[in-house]
Amino acid sequence: MSLTNERIQQRLNEKFPDQLYNWQEPYGMLTFTGSKEINLKVMQFLFDDEELNFRFLSDLQAVHYPNQVGEELAVVYHLHNWVSNVRIRFKVFTDIKQPDVYSATALYQSANFMERETYDFFGVNFIGHPNLIRILNVDEMDYFPLRKEYPLEDQTRIDKDDEMFGR
Amino acid sequence: MMNDHILLPEGSIEKQTTTLNLGPTHPATHGVFQNVLELDGERILKATSTVGYIHRAFEKIAERRPLYQITPLTDRLNYCSSPINNMGWHLTCEKLLGVRTPKRVDYLRVIIMELARISDHLICNSIVGVDSGAYSGFLYVMQFRELIYEIYEEVCGSRLTTNIGRIGGFERNFTNAAFEKLEKFLDVKSGYPAQLREFENLFTRNRIFMERTIGCGPITAERAMNYGFTGPNLRAAGIDYDVRVHEPYSSYEDFNFTIPVGKTGDCYDRFLVRNAEMWESLSIIKQAYQKVQAFKGSEAEVYHADVPAYYLPEKKDVYTKMEALIYHFKIVMGETEIPAGEVYNAVEGANGELGFYLISDGGRTPYRLHFRRPCFIYYQAYPELIKDGMLSDAVITMSSLNLIAGELDA
Repeated sequence: MSLTNERIQQRLNEKFPDQLYNWQEPYGMLTFTGSKEINLKVMQFLFDDEELNFRFLSDLQAVHYPNQVGEELAVVYHLHNWVSNVRIRFKVFTDIKQPDVYSATALYQSANFMERETYDFFGVNFIGHPNLIRILNVDEMDYFPLRKEYPLEDQTRIDKDDEMFGR
Repeated sequence: MMNDHILLPEGSIEKQTTTLNLGPTHPATHGVFQNVLELDGERILKATSTVGYIHRAFEKIAERRPLYQITPLTDRLNYCSSPINNMGWHLTCEKLLGVRTPKRVDYLRVIIMELARISDHLICNSIVGVDSGAYSGFLYVMQFRELIYEIYEEVCGSRLTTNIGRIGGFERNFTNAAFEKLEKFLDVKSGYPAQLREFENLFTRNRIFMERTIGCGPITAERAMNYGFTGPNLRAAGIDYDVRVHEPYSSYEDFNFTIPVGKTGDCYDRFLVRNAEMWESLSIIKQAYQKVQAFKGSEAEVYHADVPAYYLPEKKDVYTKMEALIYHFKIVMGETEIPAGEVYNAVEGANGELGFYLISDGGRTPYRLHFRRPCFIYYQAYPELIKDGMLSDAVITMSSLNLIAGELDA
């Protein structure tokens, strides 16, 4: 019996009544949101449950929505069930002033580097991470470059006079 | 009289172990990775990995570029098999835009992607040979990578960073020369199959090579899964997960092939799995080539989907036809309608599941683009793989994991 999106939604709603919301299916992938306090509980349930069996963390990253006051940062988990071959997407939102999210490293070893990368670029503070330091950027960097308040340089600007490299 | 002495860090005299920097520019690391090793004699007690030496901020740059300008960025992820990255990106865009490609385009893409997989695997496996002291295998297979690059050249004009294909298909039809070179490559007597057979004869049952690689850097299936392994490295540990089979893209469901799996996940199994995958790729290319040849008449000329809003028109049409000029202008200036939505699309890269997570808000550029780079994710297992092993095993483990610095750092 294959696992359908409706069945996953039903199972999760039984376990976490009224705590998961914003159910969507963009391009066929079940997407839902939960509060950041229960992110580990939801993932633990998805991991352990015999039927759901989401044992593989495909991807983890953050998105910055500067206009959503109070929940500017979204941490997005892509989970994959290899037995039934189903993917789901789970999001938690957090305030940018206090971006604390529980770390998934105890559940998935693979989250280690991915959370470090997310911290590096968005400043999400993963509580319980064993080694939350910058990974791709230099250690001395004091800002989080993938946030939307750091726009890339305008490609058409003409005020710069660089004799060496020319513009 | 304490001041007369040079002050050493506390504990450094009592310390019985040696600290060694393997990398970032050591020739044995094949790229810029640093590993700080704590050694007891030749035995590794602890390893700390540092990455990020060639980070180029692709995800940030992509937020300012229209979709078709992001393809050259994907070239530079896994530069040993950039066509797969390009195709993965095109497929992601096509999924977002709802573009359906004709079958002939799918088969041509399969040919190019499998050639890329072969070129990646042959480099990895022959480098494992070089690192274990057998140089000649590397030289034997290298001429066929050259031939693969010549096929790319016939199709898209470039070799390493290919920027091959467009959203909806290819920039031009395959020339006869491309197919001739493909036939030369597939030739059983003088082509790559014969060379691969010889390469296997040199290595697979070679006593020195076996003793060098068996039991070196092993990982169990469960650990590999937890560490986020995908691709040949995961299959060598015994899990038959392959995106081509689990979520077929580009008409992979039309082909017959098996997923080779290993057992112990050590260097030798990884080597065997990659070799077996090259045979499977050869068989897929043959099937795809037969299917391409079966198209007759006007169908044999199809090389892109009919989506004028996203596919750049031919240059001669731009100069002579009003409609083509308008579409050309709209695409180049990023004025085409991009639907809002979020899409995750994965392809089976040479190293594993290469995923693209694209969020579009309907603007001319992606709102957010994330690359799931398989290398980056499985590299975190490296300290565990080499722990309690010899220093020389660390080098061979690194090359058999096929770490590509470009993919690691994005």
